[in-house]
Amino acid sequence: MNDVLTVRGLSVTVRDTALVSDVDLTVGAGERVGLIGESGSGKSLTALSILGLLPEDVRAGGSVRLDGVDHEMVGANERRMSRVRGRDIAMVFQEPMTALNPTMRIGDQIAESMLIHKTLAKPAARTAAADLLERVQLPAETLRAYPHQLSGGQRQRVVLALALANDPALLICDEPTTALDVTVQALVLDLIVRGVVDRSSALLFITHDLAVVATVCERVLVMYGGRVVEAGPVNEVFTRPRHRYTEGLLAASDLETTSRRLTTIPGNVPPAGRFPSGCVFRTRCAHATALCEETPEWTGSETEGFACHHPAGVTNA
Amino acid sequence: MILRLIERTGVFLVSLAVSSVLVFAFMAVLPGDPARVALGVNASDEAVAELRRQFGLDRPLPTQYFDWLGGLLHGDLGTSYVSKVAIGPQVFDRLQVTLWLVVAGMIIALVVAAPAGTVMAARHRKISGLALSAFSQVGVAVPAFLAGILLIVVFAVRLGWLPANGWTPPAQDPAMFLKQLILPALSLGLVQGAVLTRYVRSAVLEVLREDYLRTARAKGLRPFQALWRHGLRNAAVPVVTVLGLQLATLLIGAVVVERVFVIPGLGSLLLDGVSNRDLLLVQDVVMVLVIAVLLVNFVVDLLYVALDPRLRTAS
Repeated sequence: MNDVLTVRGLSVTVRDTALVSDVDLTVGAGERVGLIGESGSGKSLTALSILGLLPEDVRAGGSVRLDGVDHEMVGANERRMSRVRGRDIAMVFQEPMTALNPTMRIGDQIAESMLIHKTLAKPAARTAAADLLERVQLPAETLRAYPHQLSGGQRQRVVLALALANDPALLICDEPTTALDVTVQALVLDLIVRGVVDRSSALLFITHDLAVVATVCERVLVMYGGRVVEAGPVNEVFTRPRHRYTEGLLAASDLETTSRRLTTIPGNVPPAGRFPSGCVFRTRCAHATALCEETPEWTGSETEGFACHHPAGVTNA
Repeated sequence: MILRLIERTGVFLVSLAVSSVLVFAFMAVLPGDPARVALGVNASDEAVAELRRQFGLDRPLPTQYFDWLGGLLHGDLGTSYVSKVAIGPQVFDRLQVTLWLVVAGMIIALVVAAPAGTVMAARHRKISGLALSAFSQVGVAVPAFLAGILLIVVFAVRLGWLPANGWTPPAQDPAMFLKQLILPALSLGLVQGAVLTRYVRSAVLEVLREDYLRTARAKGLRPFQALWRHGLRNAAVPVVTVLGLQLATLLIGAVVVERVFVIPGLGSLLLDGVSNRDLLLVQDVVMVLVIAVLLVNFVVDLLYVALDPRLRTAS
């Protein structure tokens, strides 16, 4: 089966500052892939450039191809991209409180997704909207509600329902549960996974929460400083990290640590465009040497590998 | 929703009652006896006393107030102390003239401002947007009477396309009515439109930054479609506020333009009343203007509720 999404050498720049460099990313049909990293690592920009929704004056380069879409998506014009958005790729954003139009009824906002792409006519879209709401466990009365009458968790479920309306080949979720109460996070995650599994859609799941990636995804990419530093199956990466950044990230989120102090990665994520040359992590890395001033080569296969001169898990490193 | 309507209606009625007391009280505390003022300083005390009795000015103030208010509710605005003519018909005649002017001016303002402001916001970094911005800045700086004079010079004097002044009721001669309406309505509307354009621009700019517009684009709407279907209604809320304020100022501000174009509107009636010391006429015209302004605010409140479902619960 073809890969749903193929990203090659993606870069995102604002004026002359590179925010994302050289990102390669493949999502297979029905596969659930996680993209993790701290804020400022370029995860969200990667997602927005796949959809072609970058803010004005932010430019993308490289290549983004989607199975079933016969044109390059980087730099494609609005007319072509608007046909792809919402039909082949859909997205759930981080902030449910502001993601819905406050002056439009929920039912109309969901039905609109189907009406734009003419997947269904008006009466059928109405019925389908009710069905979609039911699948995210919201009562049919929600159709007539306005966003302000719903809680954050309910609104995020509405956003999910309208994203899944046209059975997209790929669903992108950008920190979909970060703004939600812990008590509803699990429900929303469950609905996302169930939604993509039911439709055999692929999922690109962006988060900074390692535990969430472990429950939702099969494969994971770790981003730092606008680059992918490590990739592989979730089990592999989380039990035997190779890149020193991944190692630090895992240590920092390990709650069963025996030491009294919480483990942290020393230093801060540099501001955008101020990452060091060579290995982007070398200024915060305990293992860095002069060798790290050169950009490390990707070691391993495309779906499983890392970019580090002094990888963890090697005895003589 | 119903509660909210009752609440707004209540506020409207209470404001009406309070403002009628204020208008009456303000005129009552003005120094000078209306009868004396009407008859002049040389009138005999008997003549003044006779006039006071004739117009009921010798009664206690509360009685006079309720008498006036009762008349107002029936559309009877009393009789002028000076000209001894009924005031009601005059005021309603003049009010119609001013309303035509204000409504036509407001429509022109809206027709200019809504598209211009939207384009300015959507293209705020491009030359076309900046050019419109500069143009509207000039419009904001020009007072309506100057615009009126310029329009007269160009379209009436130089080109001779339209009459320079005058007024014909629409029932009498619709074609002439329209011809005479165009220039004064333009001078009011273009200036108000320039101001309104800036509010439309900032409202649309605000909406363009909203997350739900990005959601709309992620659904597959093109930028303009997203703005049209999801942005305009949201942008309308602040614009309606300004529109209400502008309508209220226009009602009163039309007076200058009425002078420039020699139009017998409410503004010129008010000025005549003041110069003739016709106190009851002034009191009535002020009250009619107050009612109009309150009515505009009431309608704006209702429009909010219609536009924004979040406001449908009573506060």
